[in-house]
Amino acid sequence: MLKDITLGQYVPGDSALHKLDPRTKIILMIAFVVAVFLVKRIEVFAIVILFTIVVTLLSHMSISYLFKALKPMRLLLPLMFLMNLFLIKTGDLLVEWWIFKIYSDGLKNAIFIVLRLATLIAGTSLLTLTTTPIALTDGLEKLLSPLKIIKFPAHELAMMMTIALRFIPTLVEEADKIMKAQLARGADFESGNIFKRAKAMLPILIPLFVNSFRRADELAMAMESRCYHGGEGRTRMRVLRFTWRDLVAIFVVAALIAAIVIAQKLLPPLF
Amino acid sequence: MPIVVENLTHTYMPGTPNAHVAVDNVSLTINEGEFFGIIGHTGSGKSTFIQHLNGLIQPTSGRVLVDGFDMNDKKQRRQGRALVGMVFQYPDYQLFDSTVLDDVMFGPKNIGQSPEEAKASAEAAMRTVGLDPEKFGEKSPFELSGGEKRRAALAGIIAMKPKYLVLDEPMAGLDPSGRREVLKTISDLRTELGCTVIMVSHSMEDVARSAERIAVMNESKLFALGTPDEIFSRTDDLIAMGLDAPQTARLAKALREKGIAVPDNIYTNEQFIEWFGRVRNA
Repeated sequence: MLKDITLGQYVPGDSALHKLDPRTKIILMIAFVVAVFLVKRIEVFAIVILFTIVVTLLSHMSISYLFKALKPMRLLLPLMFLMNLFLIKTGDLLVEWWIFKIYSDGLKNAIFIVLRLATLIAGTSLLTLTTTPIALTDGLEKLLSPLKIIKFPAHELAMMMTIALRFIPTLVEEADKIMKAQLARGADFESGNIFKRAKAMLPILIPLFVNSFRRADELAMAMESRCYHGGEGRTRMRVLRFTWRDLVAIFVVAALIAAIVIAQKLLPPLF
Repeated sequence: MPIVVENLTHTYMPGTPNAHVAVDNVSLTINEGEFFGIIGHTGSGKSTFIQHLNGLIQPTSGRVLVDGFDMNDKKQRRQGRALVGMVFQYPDYQLFDSTVLDDVMFGPKNIGQSPEEAKASAEAAMRTVGLDPEKFGEKSPFELSGGEKRRAALAGIIAMKPKYLVLDEPMAGLDPSGRREVLKTISDLRTELGCTVIMVSHSMEDVARSAERIAVMNESKLFALGTPDEIFSRTDDLIAMGLDAPQTARLAKALREKGIAVPDNIYTNEQFIEWFGRVRNA
């Protein structure tokens, strides 16, 4: 039943992208998002698309994974395209049919917004596809640690994320067992209107909550009995290290941003 | 009518690299009114097997007939499921309501009893398992002790008056006195309500004492099926597959190796004491 769902997107591999330091990947992902927003002209988008394709090839991911990442947007993307297409009424009139009028600015905006969203999702998915959740939290902790000066709890935040990720499969399994126990008592989760169904979820949610609190309590006790006292003075088993790969990756993304800026300034307008 | 299991096979995550055959071609019949024990090592497939009896999971191939209702069929499953009560290992998975009485009433209400009927069923069930409705009825299920929780969970099932009662490790995690109490409750239930009991356990002592027939599962397959006499005379086989034989059976085996003729059918304390008394007097 519930056990069959997949959690997290990480796909194990040995590609150049997998080998990058998670800190580099997080920073470069942010840089990539900035780069995508820097693009103001539609023809410059070719650079971003080309870059996304090259990075995907480098990650040894099949394109189908990226399409899977886009799947939740399958309703939103066409909707945004249509809204922009029909609601923007500036520029030249291109097509007129019955009550529908399509203007050049509308068409441009529609293509623009879809490209922007699609490349954003594809690019950020590459981060989660090639980085284990644990590496991600480790990287995040390191990146946020300078903020400790202003008392930002970087270590605690990372620890909470790690624990949450660790317990997702456990909770899924437990929810499955609880569901079966209530089904065996004749509970019905499938019929009735939305309110009835929401109410039918109570016999699952209450034991799940109670058990989670109990588990949290036990985990806290177990951590304390092993002398856990927060991040201070704590060393790591897997120490993150920058390598030449990270340097190369930073140069590549810097080149991408430079290319976008230059192309936008110098390229003669095509449309 | 019996529960008939025909060539039951269950594969988890079929068609993926993680595919795992949990139950492999098991056929057996559980007769009405009997105390049926299922023993096996952790991961031998016994928990997966019993979930089929209630139609909670469907077989990859093969079928289960509960009083003739085919559990593979969605409509017949509903009728079959009403006959089979299933008590899970941990009561924490099922207790949820604000009071014990409400919680025990959950099942009866689900099968269409009116609030008054459900209350009567629930109170009767609580008395059967030894929880006084006056004293425990208005308590929160989360205040109960481990043994009491387990009995409340059991009451929640028997309030639905199942014909077959399936128990998954009902004694796990209880102290010796809690174990005895729960085991006694189960035996009483059987005589009182006349229901068929199917009990999964890895405590050989518990199964040896109460089961009339025992199925032994090993590595997803049905390894042996027979009376306790037949099963526990194969002490060596049981030990070889990582199951413990009852302590008394092991004692009898050790004595036999020393040249003392202990009969084959001695595997509980009571039998041993009775035999020893006879031999000493002779």
